[in-house]
Amino acid sequence: MTGSDNETAVSPGTPVLEAGWTAGGVTDKIAGIVLGRGGPWTRGWKAHWRWRSALLITFTGVLVFLASSTWLFMRGVGLFGVNIPVAWGFALGNFVWWIGIGHAGTFISAILLLLRQRWRTSINRYAEAMTLFAAGIAGLFPILHLGRPWFAYWLLPYPNRMELWPQWRSPLVWDIFAISTYLLVSLLFWYVGLIPDLASLRDKAGSRAKRLAYGLLALGWRGEARHWDHYETAYLLLAGLATPLVVSVHTVVSLDFSIGNTPGYHSTIFPPYFVAGALFSGFAMVITLAIPLRHYFKLQGFITLRHLDLAARVMLACSLLVAYGYASEIFTAYYSGDIYEIHMTEDRYVGVYAPVYWAYIACNVFIPQLLWWRRMRRNVIALLLISLIINAGMWMERFLIVVQSLHQDFLPSSWGVFIPTFWDWTFLLCSIALFVWLFLMFIRYLPLISMAEMRGLVHDTAEEQAP
Amino acid sequence: MKRRPPLFDHAAVAVETGAGSLADPGRRRVLKLMAASAALAGSGCSEPPQEKIFPYVDMPEGIVPGDPVFYASTLLRRGYGIGVLVETESGRPIKIEGNVAHPASLGAADAQMQAEILTLWDPERSRTVMQGQRLSTWPALIDALSQRRREEEHTGGRRLRLLTGPVTSPTLLAQIREVLAHFPEARWHIHDASDSGTRAAAAERVFQRPVRTLYRLDRARVVLSIDAELFGPSPDGVRNAHDFMIARRQSPRARLYALESTPSLCGSLADDRRAMSPLEMEAALETMAARLGAAGVAARSPGPPAAAAQGEHAPAVPTVADPPWLDKLCEQLMAARGACVVAPGPSLSVRAHVLAWRINALLGNIGTALIPLEQEGAQPWGGQPDVASAQGGEPIYPSNLTKLVEAMHDRSVDTLIMLDVNPVYDAPGSLDFAEALQHVPWSLHMGLYRDETAHRATWHVPMTHVLEDWSDARSHDGTPSIVQPVISPLYGGRSPHTLASLLATGQTISAHERVRTTWRGLWHEEGDDAFEDRWRTALGRGVIEGVPGTVKQPQGSILDEPPPRRASTAGAPSGDALVAVFANDSNLITGEYANNAWLQELPRPYTKITWDNAALISPATAQSHGLHSGDVVVLTATDAPASVRAPVWILTGQADGVVTLPLGYGRGLGGSTAAGHGFDAYPLQAVQEDIPQRTRVITMTPTGDRHDFARTQHDMDTHGREPARVVELRRNEASRNATAAPPSAARGAATPALPPRSRPPAPSLYPDHEYNTYAWGMTVDLDACIGCNACVVACQAENNIPVVGPEQVSLGREMLWLRIDSYRDETRHRTQFQPMACQHCENAPCEVVCPVGATMHDSEGLNVQVYNRCVGTRFCSNNCPYKVRHFNFFQYSLTDPSSAAHANPDVTVRQRGVMEKCTYCVQRISHARIQSQKERRRIRDGEVVTACQATCPTDAIVFGDMNDPDSQVSRSKSSSRGYAVLEEMNTRPRTTYLARIDDPEAGLEDDDDRKR
Amino acid sequence: MKPELYGVMGRFLTPEALLDAIQALRRQEAGLRLEAYTPYAVEGVSESLGLPPNRIPLITLIAGVAGGVGGFFMQWYAAVVSFPVNIGGRPLNSWPMFVPVTFEMTILCAALAAVFGMLVANGLPRLRHPVFDAPDFHLATRDRYFLCVRPTIGIGQGFDAAHYREALSRLGAVTADEVWS
Repeated sequence: MTGSDNETAVSPGTPVLEAGWTAGGVTDKIAGIVLGRGGPWTRGWKAHWRWRSALLITFTGVLVFLASSTWLFMRGVGLFGVNIPVAWGFALGNFVWWIGIGHAGTFISAILLLLRQRWRTSINRYAEAMTLFAAGIAGLFPILHLGRPWFAYWLLPYPNRMELWPQWRSPLVWDIFAISTYLLVSLLFWYVGLIPDLASLRDKAGSRAKRLAYGLLALGWRGEARHWDHYETAYLLLAGLATPLVVSVHTVVSLDFSIGNTPGYHSTIFPPYFVAGALFSGFAMVITLAIPLRHYFKLQGFITLRHLDLAARVMLACSLLVAYGYASEIFTAYYSGDIYEIHMTEDRYVGVYAPVYWAYIACNVFIPQLLWWRRMRRNVIALLLISLIINAGMWMERFLIVVQSLHQDFLPSSWGVFIPTFWDWTFLLCSIALFVWLFLMFIRYLPLISMAEMRGLVHDTAEEQAP
Repeated sequence: MKRRPPLFDHAAVAVETGAGSLADPGRRRVLKLMAASAALAGSGCSEPPQEKIFPYVDMPEGIVPGDPVFYASTLLRRGYGIGVLVETESGRPIKIEGNVAHPASLGAADAQMQAEILTLWDPERSRTVMQGQRLSTWPALIDALSQRRREEEHTGGRRLRLLTGPVTSPTLLAQIREVLAHFPEARWHIHDASDSGTRAAAAERVFQRPVRTLYRLDRARVVLSIDAELFGPSPDGVRNAHDFMIARRQSPRARLYALESTPSLCGSLADDRRAMSPLEMEAALETMAARLGAAGVAARSPGPPAAAAQGEHAPAVPTVADPPWLDKLCEQLMAARGACVVAPGPSLSVRAHVLAWRINALLGNIGTALIPLEQEGAQPWGGQPDVASAQGGEPIYPSNLTKLVEAMHDRSVDTLIMLDVNPVYDAPGSLDFAEALQHVPWSLHMGLYRDETAHRATWHVPMTHVLEDWSDARSHDGTPSIVQPVISPLYGGRSPHTLASLLATGQTISAHERVRTTWRGLWHEEGDDAFEDRWRTALGRGVIEGVPGTVKQPQGSILDEPPPRRASTAGAPSGDALVAVFANDSNLITGEYANNAWLQELPRPYTKITWDNAALISPATAQSHGLHSGDVVVLTATDAPASVRAPVWILTGQADGVVTLPLGYGRGLGGSTAAGHGFDAYPLQAVQEDIPQRTRVITMTPTGDRHDFARTQHDMDTHGREPARVVELRRNEASRNATAAPPSAARGAATPALPPRSRPPAPSLYPDHEYNTYAWGMTVDLDACIGCNACVVACQAENNIPVVGPEQVSLGREMLWLRIDSYRDETRHRTQFQPMACQHCENAPCEVVCPVGATMHDSEGLNVQVYNRCVGTRFCSNNCPYKVRHFNFFQYSLTDPSSAAHANPDVTVRQRGVMEKCTYCVQRISHARIQSQKERRRIRDGEVVTACQATCPTDAIVFGDMNDPDSQVSRSKSSSRGYAVLEEMNTRPRTTYLARIDDPEAGLEDDDDRKR
Repeated sequence: MKPELYGVMGRFLTPEALLDAIQALRRQEAGLRLEAYTPYAVEGVSESLGLPPNRIPLITLIAGVAGGVGGFFMQWYAAVVSFPVNIGGRPLNSWPMFVPVTFEMTILCAALAAVFGMLVANGLPRLRHPVFDAPDFHLATRDRYFLCVRPTIGIGQGFDAAHYREALSRLGAVTADEVWS
């Protein structure tokens, strides 16, 4: 470190950043995680057996995922437990769940940026990565779930001899546009944010190979003032664009259901209720990831209890919103006097899927109430458990909405039951493995906290403290 | 020997479901290839037979490629003929329709007739002559047979026996006569598993001769069905349904009552039904006879079991001499003197049948609403000696199976010829035919399949399918018709006539020649031209006029004699004993269709069970034995060491204390489709006084094992919804005494109206679409639908709908475009059937959500499905309130040669991963459109007939152009009973329904009873 | 080719020092071409350098509007002109159903324009650049602040590199060297 001279700014210690950090310090610390210079906290990646074993396990999952997909394409979508009437099963539930998780990242980086929430700085980078991976995995499921997946591209408008077009009234077409837009914009947002950090890595990298790799990715970033000027504008614009986008995406996803006429789908509360649910599971995942990260990479200084506390508060708020959604669903069912709605609602209490219903009510409504207590919000273990429970609860909610609504609709003669098969479970578990694997690769090769913004944060906090 | 290709291999499905079955696809692929080659050997060279055959007269002469040609022919059901038209595409029979000219069809067909095509093309049919387990040849058989003849000729055929099913074919009867003439000592026996002999035996008591009953339900004002399969898969089922619906459409409306041991099609149609055991039915008949003043009959109660049988759904068992409902019933019958029918069924004893004859006689129905028909070749029961050496025209009476088995046990049979029968499988267990067959040194079996009997016979000859060679037959009312082949034998079978002539004369003769000889003899035409003309006409029309069966009148004396003593086997169950009632399966009848995948996957009307049979018990019985549906029990006869393992199914409306055992399952060597499904009830069946008993007293003991049924409908309750609506008949005072009043065809006056909808149809923001050419629409009359499933199989045959197998069905993936929903109406103790297919909504919810526009509306208002555009999101199915869309979760449709051969070339065979559904038979619409455009005119009303509509015996389905105000469908839609299912969804379906009519006055209970 | 003088590069320890230097130099001669390199966006640098206002917001707006209009037109053309079919009895131009795609197209085009506009405006990607050769320039992405004085006019027009080196050091630069391309 060259912070020897007394003139360099030093962080005075604030709730979102502990004291004693200089611009150079944060850079070395974060870049060190990637470049693996033997820091005080690790003896380098070779010795990092935890990461290795995790990588091994999850990579196996990825291979199983690929193999299963191949088999699925060979045999047909009948491998899943889907049937008539329940033509949508796990796959759609997983889709909605993952896309929901994929919301927190953009919310944190975009909306909190616009709201000038300083605590976003040290968590936005990996939250964005999480978003990207989750959204990508989510995008796979509708394709895997097609009867003829090799024709998935027919949903896109492209010139063809038959002069055929997509059918614009279908929410699934809206989905395609929403998801792909969301993926692209999140990717850009994430990458633009990465550029200065890639430059830092380029300039710190030891081996020529790494210099070359990071150099190419950094696009020759020099940190010139003019660059910074354009860069900041573009970044702010992206944030401004991503904000309505993130809301629109899950709204469109919710329309997949509420446009339908099935009791349990056909509900106007869905858009806000789905968005709230998305943030709920998203923040739960952010915390689920933050806690091991700060533990294993000794990042308590950057990702402080303050961060966890604030994220927990967001979860609590979302939990209340979601609870309101559940309540209003029940109310509207009875208030409408529609026998189909009422039957569907009561089937949730006592039907074959009742255990799932009560389980997620417990996970999403009751257990999160613990977060009213500050001690809970700042107890790392408790927080981890709660966020894991919330993740499970949100998955069960998605599953129930997709499946239970379908299994008993209008004509009793056509009622049926969905029973998940071995393949349903395989794809769910393997998608989680894929997610974790991608994330492990990310923390290995890319800075999981924005160095450039941290440097700015150090300077700003220092300035504020200065008389 | 080369293994036959499985037409449908359900093991293969087990692999497809990925349910962990380890059967390696390699082996199966090899078998498939072998199958393909084997089937190609047959179907590759399919051509019309060498002899001249004549197209149906309404059809253009000659074959236009791509244009179907219809041939009139005849199918056999228990030996009786049912006239059909066979649709052939460039020489390949692909579809069967009814023949309007034929009395047993009147243009309609039942499920089995529709499925006959599949049996015709079944690649598992027998292909080679077998000697024991060794391959042999036809010449070798001829040698062996002629040797047997020489030996038998010494004794005049004393040790020669001939066993057939019921025979009505004049030609075959003549040939049998020749055989018996050549071998004076020989005997002819008849085995018919689908009917207990009780009806025939009773008729013979009454008439001193074999006599059959011909129902004329169109003349009946009141019909009482006592466990009679009036509309079931019997030779006259289609006609009975058609006739009764004529009577019911008249005003005042004819009434139907059903006393039955298990819910039957009659029961759902009946104005009132009573569930009771055959014994209680006999008691009821007795009481009725007494009340109607029959001599020598005292109204008596059937004793303790009846008292035990009190239950919610089996109310009103005649514990007292005459319960109130029986009074009402008798009143109704009296009021309809001479125009009512009391129809007893096979489960009843001879005594009960005699009582029924007496009641019908007392009511003066004989000769009007039911006609006794003399029929040669009917089997006599009781003591009448076999008339062996019958002279020329004299009717000949065969003996029965029991006597044959006795003879076989006495080692007095050396030569046994079995013609199209399978007694090893379907003979009553107490006879143990298989064991008896071991005492026969030389036996010959001729049949479609190398079945259980074929394996035990010393010789087996593959038989031609009825559509493969010439023959003739008489219908249930005696009308003869020619069986015209529509394709030359696919698998090298031989005609029964050829075998018979070989037996009689030692010479082989072509069936064609033999049949023509018969009719030359019967017609006495001078000159060949006259004969040729008449022959041509007969083939062209599909019936032969003017040769009806002879009508017999009963001897009055018999009716005054007291009826015979109570037959003990009808069974007074004591203690925890139950009565087992053997019933023909609604799909497989007695097992002859066991290898027919269409009938295997056809849901039973009440249980919706596919691919399986179940021992049916009532909820009360289940409760008293602590059973749940699917529990496996052992049924043991109380009087003999006979027992059967069977899974039970609890069926509301089943008589308490009665276990109904459907026949036809548990085939040992029935083919790969039949293999491993259901249980075989025959071992439990007993014979008494030479008569196979349809009831037996048994005990039921749970085993603790479970069995999963593959069903297509799991919830029969309407849950407060009104999919199948009912209107109450409010008759004006004038015609209150309805049954007495003479019927008039006018319906309008009495037709009740539905109450106006609680909600008016929702207004739309969008302008209506204009359909200015045609607007196709359909109505389904729930009052006429008897739930016979014929339309379901017709749809399957017409639209190449694949079979998916039991595993897929239990996963909820059956593909039948048209399903029959059945809802239990608890207030009326009745089940209502409702055919449900794509409703072709004008505001179709399915179309809006399809991302690729694979389902859309065409210019004539059809909701069309574009298979090659479909990517399989299945959103359309989710959004269909009627759930009538079906999805190819796997590659279901078969492409092996025999499946391809009978596929309808006008209908796409669907690929894996695409959605499919009812298309209103769009291929038929476009066919008619092309015709009309060629003739520069509009399509005429009734020119487009959908497959389901064409086959419906009761004309419950009407289809046509709604733009034409005079079309049948427009008039039908204007009915005051009309309504749309789920009207409140504002999907505006093109298919609407006419509400079922309920006649409160026809009920046998007081209103307070009905509340119960 | 013969190396040219790119400019004179001074390294500063703190952003404050950098800002002071910029202002000082610009006070001396207004037209001076200065380039500042910082590890993060330091407030006020661009103002003090007097950089022209950037046009990225405008580009983004135009692209967004174009995307929206184009998106709606695509749907309208497909559903009404190119492929008009009766879908569930809905009118051909059921515009409310076209809103979501229109919206997504707006966002997508705007976002793409913002990012690529930024890159183009920054002349990126440019992997090779003379300043990378400046001593210790790798610290520019860590915690050092660089100021580069560029020759206003062509080389050989009397750009006194020595003068500016001396000036930068005087203004608090830790080092000041010439950068050659």
